[in-house]
Amino acid sequence: MRKFIDKIKPAFEKGGKFGFLHSTFDAFESFLYVPDTVTRKGSHIRDCVDLKRIMIIMVLALVPAMLFGIWNTGYQHSLAFGLTDWGFWNIIGYGLVKVIPLYLVSYIVGLAIEFVSAQIRGHEVNEGYLVTGMIIPLIVPADVPLWMLALAVAFAVILGKEVFGGTGMNIWNPALLCRAFLFFSYPSMMSGDTIWTSGVTRYLAEGKAYASGNGLVDSFSGATPLAHPSVEGLQTAGTSLWDLVSGVIPGCVGETSAIAILIGAVILIWTGVASWKIMFSSLVGGLVIGYLGFAAGVTDLPGYYQLLMGGFLFGTVFMATDPVTSAQTETGKWIYGFMVGALAVTVRLFNPGYPEGMMLAILLMNTFAPLIDHYVTDAAISRRAKKIKTA
Amino acid sequence: MSNIIELKRGLNIPITGSAVQKAKKVIIPDVVAAKPVDFRGLIPRLLVKEGDTVLAGSPVFADKVSPDILFTSPVSGTVTEIVRGEKRKLLEIRIKADKDQKYEDFGTEKVASLDEAGIKAKLMKSGLWPALVQRPYGIVARPTDTPKAIFISAFSTAPLAACPEYALRDEFENIQTGVNVLQKLTKGGVHMSFNSDNYSGTPFHKLENITPHIFGGKHPAGNVGVQISHISPIAKGDVVWTVSLLMTAAIGKLFNTGKYDVSRLVAVTGPKAIEPSYVKGIAGMSMKDIAEYYDNSGNDIRFISGDVLTGSNIGKDGFLGFFDNQVTLIKEGNEHELFGWAKPFRTSQFSTSHTYFSWLTPKKKYEMDTNLHGGPRAFVMSDVYSKVLPMDIYPVYLIKACMTGDIDKMEKFGIYEVLEEDLALCEYVCPSKIEIQSILSDGINLMMKEMA
Repeated sequence: MRKFIDKIKPAFEKGGKFGFLHSTFDAFESFLYVPDTVTRKGSHIRDCVDLKRIMIIMVLALVPAMLFGIWNTGYQHSLAFGLTDWGFWNIIGYGLVKVIPLYLVSYIVGLAIEFVSAQIRGHEVNEGYLVTGMIIPLIVPADVPLWMLALAVAFAVILGKEVFGGTGMNIWNPALLCRAFLFFSYPSMMSGDTIWTSGVTRYLAEGKAYASGNGLVDSFSGATPLAHPSVEGLQTAGTSLWDLVSGVIPGCVGETSAIAILIGAVILIWTGVASWKIMFSSLVGGLVIGYLGFAAGVTDLPGYYQLLMGGFLFGTVFMATDPVTSAQTETGKWIYGFMVGALAVTVRLFNPGYPEGMMLAILLMNTFAPLIDHYVTDAAISRRAKKIKTA
Repeated sequence: MSNIIELKRGLNIPITGSAVQKAKKVIIPDVVAAKPVDFRGLIPRLLVKEGDTVLAGSPVFADKVSPDILFTSPVSGTVTEIVRGEKRKLLEIRIKADKDQKYEDFGTEKVASLDEAGIKAKLMKSGLWPALVQRPYGIVARPTDTPKAIFISAFSTAPLAACPEYALRDEFENIQTGVNVLQKLTKGGVHMSFNSDNYSGTPFHKLENITPHIFGGKHPAGNVGVQISHISPIAKGDVVWTVSLLMTAAIGKLFNTGKYDVSRLVAVTGPKAIEPSYVKGIAGMSMKDIAEYYDNSGNDIRFISGDVLTGSNIGKDGFLGFFDNQVTLIKEGNEHELFGWAKPFRTSQFSTSHTYFSWLTPKKKYEMDTNLHGGPRAFVMSDVYSKVLPMDIYPVYLIKACMTGDIDKMEKFGIYEVLEEDLALCEYVCPSKIEIQSILSDGINLMMKEMA
């Protein structure tokens, strides 16, 4: 294998026959093998961790949410259509049929753009998209038309990332940009009661679905808890607190199960890949505003419900903590996280038009993260200047 | 006794090949080199030509800007070769050593009887002035300055560094004389930092005329720059000098014996060193003189003058640097590793990151090589750097300021306080494989140009 790669390598070098595919070749080669490059300047030895390792841990942390999402997609479908005879494998099978195309579109479109732009710039292909591509299918409804998703992915990767210079330079989280694009361009596909359960949209439009059984069951509401965030609303939908925790509710593919997300959170915090400070302060922010709203009578749900509904946890764990677009300073991370949580719940409580406040809150705080950092570093510098003066 | 300053952040790199405290051989130097490149920002003026004979302590080149600062030959012998690089940059002056070493005599006067000007003149004439390193920027000190204070670190935490208590065990008197000399050059006193681990055990705490400080913690706690930032941070306009303990001893020797003597015990270390131990060598000695320490038949050894984080790659025919008393031999890691980053376990590799499992074996030492372990990327992770930098600065912001060449920001983010060695660990842990030390170098060079 190594010999084969070494044999074809010259063709992909500068000036070689396939020189224009250099970045592509390099990406596949370095995917298989750690490159043989040695240190040139500065430190002669380097830690063996690299971004590939960090990204793969991120991907790994998303796996529980993805697996649960696949199952839940099928399960919600079977509930909606009264397919009581469906066993575990039917459910998984249906989930796979729905979710795998999302992944294919996400990765093919996203990676193609990544490869082309790396090639144009003559850089190595960055592994950042492995994570973005993993997240995107988990934060859209399973029924989203694939061409819309492709368009949104292209928008997010090109305008969200590549124009800034690729991973590490972007201002906004690309996965969230993708969702925001869908949300504002095709609101009918991203809100309402009927889109969250796979198969329902098509059934309503064409009168059939992949396995529609006897049609929608009478009790089907399809609403996510977020659409009717009140004690009464949850009761009508038959959603218990345990349903919210375990995630057997309609919603975006991967965002529903608190348990699956928390498994991911443990992996991320333990490996130090994502900041526990952001996660923690975001939870605190969400709770504070949630309880304020509860106390002020804006909602009759206690604060902790806010953490369990919609994409709050998923956003907190996997997207607010994106090391590139979040605050860079440690003090900044506390402020940033708190604001994300607080804003998300604020938007939810006071603007029913945008029930998923998490997306907007994170994007907004992404925008302000550099400002937070600016004030944090400024404060540190003037504190230091004072110290030097007195010393 | 002052308080212990305990530094929490840092990292001791677990690399194999630390030197046992035994002087295995006395090197009789054959060809040695004086290297202008050991001194940052120096523009050398050559004073000898091939075929000239020199004594130990005879000038071979001088500073073009301050011509009184002389750089002298470590041995007596004949100049055999003048090595130049690109654009005729002066790299090395190679000198073939005589069998019997003869020294220039600089005279032995009582330090107490000398004034500041006399001491400066003697240091510059003998070639030991360049041992004084100025901060900011890490350049050779300017004779016209009076520094705020002079700092000496009496211990090193660098990977595999020579143990000062062993390497300088016969130099106590010389170090004391050196301290007395340095004390006359500043009004702020000579500050010496000790390690909390062996403060009472080291003989050096008995030195007089010093202001002692005690530091605890992992590398870079032994770096003088880190210590300064905790003792008395460098503000804009401040000038302080630093001297290594090794060079303090050489200064003391000059005043005690009248000789320019830069011989020293050198630790030969690293995973590729066979039975790592000490040799009695000299500044500028050739790697060929320690041939029994390595087997370079595969031509895969990197020769480093200094430690693995900050030393310079001098090649198999290279020469020990002026400031160094350590040689590190490591393997060139120019090999592909199949699925390296994807393997769940990678037990032969060390990582500070919990994405690998080397934290389970805290005592284990690793045979590290020079592989980069990845490809260069933009900054992504934000919290890995400050974990290994016990200073009150934001390393990523400083480096970004250096990249953009923004003088104001570099100043704000503390460029006066740091040298490459202080950020070396940031470079080591960087998952984006950014050449932090080299970027910082460019930043410092830009500062010097703009502020001159």
